Amino acid sequence: MHSFFTLMAVYLTIIIFVPLYRVLTGPRLMDRMLGAGAIGTKTMVLILLIGYMFDRIDMFIDITLAYAVLNFIGVIAIAKYVERIARKKK
Amino acid sequence: MSILQILAIFLIFAGAFFISVGSIGLIRLPDFYSRCHATGKADTLGLLLVISGFIFYEGIISLHSAKLLIILIFVGLTSPTATHALARAAFSFGIKPRFVDREIKSKKEKKGRTK
Repeated sequence: MHSFFTLMAVYLTIIIFVPLYRVLTGPRLMDRMLGAGAIGTKTMVLILLIGYMFDRIDMFIDITLAYAVLNFIGVIAIAKYVERIARKKK
Repeated sequence: MSILQILAIFLIFAGAFFISVGSIGLIRLPDFYSRCHATGKADTLGLLLVISGFIFYEGIISLHSAKLLIILIFVGLTSPTATHALARAAFSFGIKPRFVDREIKSKKEKKGRTK
C-alpha cells in the first residue's frame, strides 16, 4: 500500500507541471489564477499522500484542511479585487 | 488486502484520472470560460473521489475519516464557488466568451457581403 501511495504522489507531482504551464503563459490574470487554484487542488491530494507515506496522517489531515481554506480565500480575494477594478472602470 | 482497500485503490485511481483530465483541459481549451468548466467540474470531482478513497482506506467509522469527511464537504462547497466567483469577476471585467466573438464577426462579414 505504501508503494501505491508513493506511485500516486510521483504521478501527481508530474501532473502539477501541466497547470503550471497555464500559470506561466496564461494570457490574463484570471487564467493564471485559475491555474493556481488547480495547482492548489492537486497539492491538497499530495499533502494527504505524503501523510500516508510518513505514517503521520493525524497531523497532515489538519494541514490539508488549512490548505483548503487558504486556497479558497486566495481565489476569492483575487476575484473580489478584479470585480472592484471592473466596477471602478464603469 | 481487504475489500475496503481495493475500493480505496479504485477510487484513488478514478480521482487521479479525473484530475489529469481537468489539467489537460486547462491547457487545451481555447477560452477562459471553457477553462473554468474544465477546472471547476473535473478537478472537483477528482478531488472528491480521491478523498472518499482515503475515507474507505481509513475504515468508515474513525476520527480520521470524520476529519476527511469535513474536508470533502468543505472542498465540495468551496471549489465550485471559487471558480464561479472567478468567472463572474472575469465577466464583469469584460472578457467575452469566444463563440460570441465568432458570431458577431460572421454576421458582420455577411452584412458586408450583402451590402
